[in-house]
Amino acid sequence: MRVAVCIKQVPDTETKIKLKPDASGIDPTGIKWVMNPYDEFAVEEGIKLREGGKATQVIVFSVGPKARVVETLRTALAMGADEGVVVDAAEDLDPSLTAKALAKAIQAEGEFGLVLTGKLAIDDNLASVGQMLAEALQLPHATVVSKLEVGDSLTAEREVEGGSKEILSLQKPALIGANKGLNTPRYASLPGIMKAKKKVLKEHSLASLGLDASQAKVKHVAFALPADKPPVKMLDGDAAAQAKSLAGFLRNEAKVL
Amino acid sequence: MSKVLVFTEFAPGSNQAKKGALELLTATRQAGLHTQALVLGSGAQTVAQSLAGWGVKEAFVSDHADFDRYNPELFAEAVASAIRDSGAEVVLATSSMLARDLFPRVAARLDTAAVSDCTELKFSGSAPQVRRPLYAGKCSAEVSFMGSGPKMILMRANQLPVGEPTGGGAVQIKTIPSPSSQGLRSLIKDVVKGATGKLDLTEANIIVAGGRGLKEASNFKLLNDLADTCGATVGASRAVVDAGWVPHSMQVGQTGKTVAPSLYIAVGISGAIQHLAGMSGSKVIVAINKDANAPIFQKATYGIVGDLFDVVPALTTEFKSLLSQ
Ligand SMILES: Cc1cc2nc3c(=O)[nH]c(=O)nc-3n(C[C@H](O)[C@H](O)[C@H](O)COP(=O)(O)OP(=O)(O)OC[C@H]3O[C@@H](n4cnc5c(N)ncnc54)[C@H](O)[C@@H]3O)c2cc1C
Repeated sequence: MRVAVCIKQVPDTETKIKLKPDASGIDPTGIKWVMNPYDEFAVEEGIKLREGGKATQVIVFSVGPKARVVETLRTALAMGADEGVVVDAAEDLDPSLTAKALAKAIQAEGEFGLVLTGKLAIDDNLASVGQMLAEALQLPHATVVSKLEVGDSLTAEREVEGGSKEILSLQKPALIGANKGLNTPRYASLPGIMKAKKKVLKEHSLASLGLDASQAKVKHVAFALPADKPPVKMLDGDAAAQAKSLAGFLRNEAKVL
Repeated sequence: MSKVLVFTEFAPGSNQAKKGALELLTATRQAGLHTQALVLGSGAQTVAQSLAGWGVKEAFVSDHADFDRYNPELFAEAVASAIRDSGAEVVLATSSMLARDLFPRVAARLDTAAVSDCTELKFSGSAPQVRRPLYAGKCSAEVSFMGSGPKMILMRANQLPVGEPTGGGAVQIKTIPSPSSQGLRSLIKDVVKGATGKLDLTEANIIVAGGRGLKEASNFKLLNDLADTCGATVGASRAVVDAGWVPHSMQVGQTGKTVAPSLYIAVGISGAIQHLAGMSGSKVIVAINKDANAPIFQKATYGIVGDLFDVVPALTTEFKSLLSQ
């Protein structure tokens, strides 16, 4: 079985976000780019399956501006993935077009028994590409998966509302969206980084996949920074006095109790 | 008139639409839109009928136990066909875990867009205007829809007001054909119930969250006691999830859940940027911390500098007497 892993490059969680002067998007200068944290679980799972003899090859795919996205693909190759594929595309491609691009890039590499993604990307928090990709490839899917067993079929444990867990059985091929808890992603080792430099990295454009940016369904516009919030109201006195005044404020001023 | 379809979730056995759905119906009623509902699962018929007072004209219903558990294949089929039959130009749902999983798949099938985790919704005539946070709330943006298919909008719970039901006639029920489980490629084998019977964090109106300041797992009892006085759900920082004190399902933040309750009480949580990412959209934030310089105070509406082991029990007493009045 071959495994496809889809990864996205996102701003580091500590990065300060600034806007372009015309508010059409964020200002990319100075941003530190990293692999989306949930995608690290997906990459690790693919590599573990190969190391455990359940998978024969792990190919990582990413859509985005090639110049920077290849760095994240190299990170995945340095962790141990076998090959990388980049689809060069603009910064803010929408989930629908991203999923179509991934589907075509994956199909161009042949058959896969398992497609892995993160459960969501922390930049736009849309949590859409995985399910849209599953639809495009006509695969069953499960997202928010924190445990996966691979045999003739897949057994996935996923988190649902209220902290409950579902145990699902899925026929292969299938798409799995990784949650925290699935595994502990490894760091790229120095030999890994050296080896990654020699690994195959293929390239497509949207056009070479028969797509174009005008097919997008949504776009984020009119960006704004959050409004300044009023300063915090500190409550004085001993614990009993603080508790009493807080209860009063919550009921009479904030009206939330 | 242009039509809107509201995906109406309800707690199994409750026969009542969830608050999030009523928020959406309040908005569509106020905008004077032709509103249809989509209700799936045992009891769906009763729930659908209860929506007359919310301005719902027709409901697509499958009162079928196959929908009591979420199977993406079954749901996607039923929901996509209901959307087609409804002729709706706008589809609204709460950004629940179920809807977030389901609607992108349905959107792909109908070659349109589904936009989750929206925090603002207004109608200009029948056109929805939507904003959502990006980059963990460090900025926000408006969503511009460009395709011709139905616009699917998933709203975070607790962002819109809930009105009161008014008179209203009968809801015309349109039965969705029974699902066929033939040929399904994914099956739910088992469900392991979470410990709490509480609302999910993403739906909760009040959240009491604890961090490393609680010192050990057993001290979460202090938070449970406080939460019980006001029907709150208990959350946690990543530090205590990583320490194994509480399950990951309770984690709030960038790699946990994004929440936006009316009231968020952070107890012994420092307010790391990744934690703030998950809760800064809360309407009112209370911080209880012994360190007056903890970053959480910069995001808080009300702050208490003090020892949580004194403050939390005092608050429990205070809430009890206030809420029993
Ligand atoms: C990629 C990435 C993703 C992350 N995702 C998340 C996430 O999703 N959610 C998350 O929460 N974190 C996340 N983190 C971790 C985050 O950076 C912090 O480490 C974590 O939030 C700290 O948890 P804490 O506030 O409970 O602990 P601490 O930072 O240790 O804070 C404990 C607080 O308790 C106070 N305290 C101690 N004793 C008392 C007392 N007796 N009374 C009152 N106050 C007391 C202290 O003053 C202190 O402010 C992430 C980090 C990274 C790098």
